[in-house]
Amino acid sequence: MADLRQELKEKIIEQLNLEEFTVADIADDDALFGDGLGLDSIDALELIVMLDKDYGIQLTDPKEGKEIFKSIAILADYITDNRAK
Amino acid sequence: MKKVYINSAVTISAQDTFESDGFLNAVKKLSGKTVAARYPNYKDYIAPANLRRMAEAVKMGVTAASKALKDAKITQPDAIITGTGMGCIDDTEKFLNAIISNDEQFLTPTSFIQSTHNTVGAQIALGLECKAYNNTYSHASVSFEWALIDAQLRLQQEESENVLVGGYEELGKEIITYRRMMEDVDGLGIQVPFGEGASFFVVSSEKTEHSVELIEIGVYSTISTESIQDSLKQFLAKNDLDLSDIDVFVSGRNGDGFDIYYDLTAELFENITQLQYKHLSGEFYTASAFGLWTAYSILSRQEIPEAIIFKGEIKSDSHIILLYNQFKGRDHSFILLKR
Amino acid sequence: MGVAITGMGIISAIGHSVEENKTSLLASKTGIGDLQHIQTIHSQAIRVGEVSLSNAELTRQLQLPDVHNYTRTGLLGLLAATAALENANIYDCSTYRTGFISSTTVGGMDMTEKYIKQFATDAATQKYIETHHAGDSTQKIADTLGINGLVTTISTACSSAANAIMLGARLIKAGKLDRVLVGGTDALSKFTINGFKTLMIQSDSLCAPFDQHRKGLNLGEAAAYLVLESDAVVQKDKKNVLAYLSGYGNANDAFHQTASSDNGEGAFLAMQKALEIAKLNPNQIDYVNAHGTATPNNDLSESRALQRVFGKKLPDFSSTKSFTGHTLAAAGAVEAVFSILTLQEQYIFPNLNFKTPMPETGLKPITSGVKKEIQHVLSNSFGFGGNCSTLILSKA
Repeated sequence: MADLRQELKEKIIEQLNLEEFTVADIADDDALFGDGLGLDSIDALELIVMLDKDYGIQLTDPKEGKEIFKSIAILADYITDNRAK
Repeated sequence: MKKVYINSAVTISAQDTFESDGFLNAVKKLSGKTVAARYPNYKDYIAPANLRRMAEAVKMGVTAASKALKDAKITQPDAIITGTGMGCIDDTEKFLNAIISNDEQFLTPTSFIQSTHNTVGAQIALGLECKAYNNTYSHASVSFEWALIDAQLRLQQEESENVLVGGYEELGKEIITYRRMMEDVDGLGIQVPFGEGASFFVVSSEKTEHSVELIEIGVYSTISTESIQDSLKQFLAKNDLDLSDIDVFVSGRNGDGFDIYYDLTAELFENITQLQYKHLSGEFYTASAFGLWTAYSILSRQEIPEAIIFKGEIKSDSHIILLYNQFKGRDHSFILLKR
Repeated sequence: MGVAITGMGIISAIGHSVEENKTSLLASKTGIGDLQHIQTIHSQAIRVGEVSLSNAELTRQLQLPDVHNYTRTGLLGLLAATAALENANIYDCSTYRTGFISSTTVGGMDMTEKYIKQFATDAATQKYIETHHAGDSTQKIADTLGINGLVTTISTACSSAANAIMLGARLIKAGKLDRVLVGGTDALSKFTINGFKTLMIQSDSLCAPFDQHRKGLNLGEAAAYLVLESDAVVQKDKKNVLAYLSGYGNANDAFHQTASSDNGEGAFLAMQKALEIAKLNPNQIDYVNAHGTATPNNDLSESRALQRVFGKKLPDFSSTKSFTGHTLAAAGAVEAVFSILTLQEQYIFPNLNFKTPMPETGLKPITSGVKKEIQHVLSNSFGFGGNCSTLILSKA
């Protein structure tokens, strides 16, 4: 689990081009959207593609992302439970 | 009719024009097929959270716009109007190539949403929270001129008082190489590199100490070589000016076969200072905005840099400048400026 | 009174002429269906408003030589622009100071996306290198129609044509032109299909603007142009006036690169400005041709903006994108043509596929065609980058 969380942090920083962040800056329970990391609806769509491409999880409604992308910890749990690859 | 003034001019170009206070006095000789602009330290102007999605055109545009407003001491323009020939070509190519290489799968939205031509105008508005009039022109080598015409119209019709106007272009990676390839096919293509840059201006109905008057802009979709001289004379006559009133003539020479248009118009100005600039900026659809920055600087500083002289001597004072540009014999523009 | 509109031309999924478009609108017949002309893996997952004619058929109809480098955007544009001039009985563009203001979002992308990987080596495809930029189709149409002075292209995403129409009106009012052909053209492309796909706002069924269960938009392609003429020309040549462009407004939402703000601030401001220019009170608007793309975000935001402008007395409204799909840059001109038809026919075209009002606003569009007295129509066009534009068209 710790590995997956680390992996997700690295991916998010790279995929979303968060140059000013390092893995150490993101706590497992930090809010990814809003006041936390400051991600927005476009980032959510980027993350939906990442779920599909890297973990074989397909979301059809962007609204589903709201719960899943709350924090690294929640996202990692969701991936662990639902991953197809 | 209300007079129209240019109150600030900022350019990011292949030369040291953004961070330097000098005026083209230490120029870099350009060579090669394409030449990138000298990018400023964007972080001084744009927050990292916003920078992360921006391609070069957006970064250059937003940065140049921000400085143009600051130089004119304007916090909120009442219109934002931009011009770009190729638009956000870098993200366009990025998204297109993702479609092709991934066979339309696993595509992400960022490069698509940043690829529209109006991204720069939109990002400037977003940064300033400016809800005013916002428009973007994309019409080859008169893209910037049309942004300027729109601004002039808004000021003359008293729809706006301070308009932010800019032209921008980024090189991109792929289409530019094909365009260059076509230029180099027969030796008649452009003899300067393709370039990029962003030039922004605050155009206003209010005169300040740095003001240069924008007398008129004329654009013509097509003009034949036979009638170019007449078109120029008519343009001047409509503005109650004679050939002899022009102190400096600036042309958009790029060394291609269509320089004949510049040769023909230059014949009308044998005894005055003739200037060129594309050997310093490179050629791109909105390079004429770099030309306008040059002309603005000449009038406001009363200084003509050696590097842009095409013909003639530097005279001590210049009052009226005429700029002429075209690309491939079409989309001609005349711009008249007065000190 | 505004600026006189003396001609119009259109090609869309519901017809290749104004007459055909009118027939489909009156018959509530949508043009949205399965994709024909573009190869994409998404073809089963989307519905589109495609023009049925192929490029070869358009070429024949326009009597162009077999070998040319018109993009589809250019072909659609030329057909509609030619029709608009004919409709205005203009056969010589040199008699008055005539301008041409077109608009497009992706320009020559339909050819670029086909041939980009062949440009380097295949000489036959290289004629499309210089047709990518947005101005290309405009230049070609202008040259063919003999318009050689003020010619330009606007590209403000989905509000482009509304801004082109607006600029034309301003140039006429300022006395810089006597007449001007204004509008927009956009061909469907793999680029836009995939782009909207990434945003997850493309519906796999017929779009249902303003419906609670709306799933997103259907893309479309179209070209539409209007001829605007000065009062002096109208009087001198005794022109038949189809309608007047009485108001226009442009504002920026300044909220997000693609999403509209919750309260539709940009839309609200654009509508207010248009009413101001037209010197009309909101209660004088008889019908709103909404932007109504059927995306969750747009329709809610636009509904709120409408409620802010019109209060409780919301005029009849509908989105004709349920007929044509979202034709991007052309949408503002397509819907201006439909608004003129509304004024001429005194008939409101329905918002197809609507069933349930959204709970946030409870607004119900007009769902079956209705005859009524209509003096003023307000038409909205909003785009990426927060670009919001509104036109008001009034009965001649």
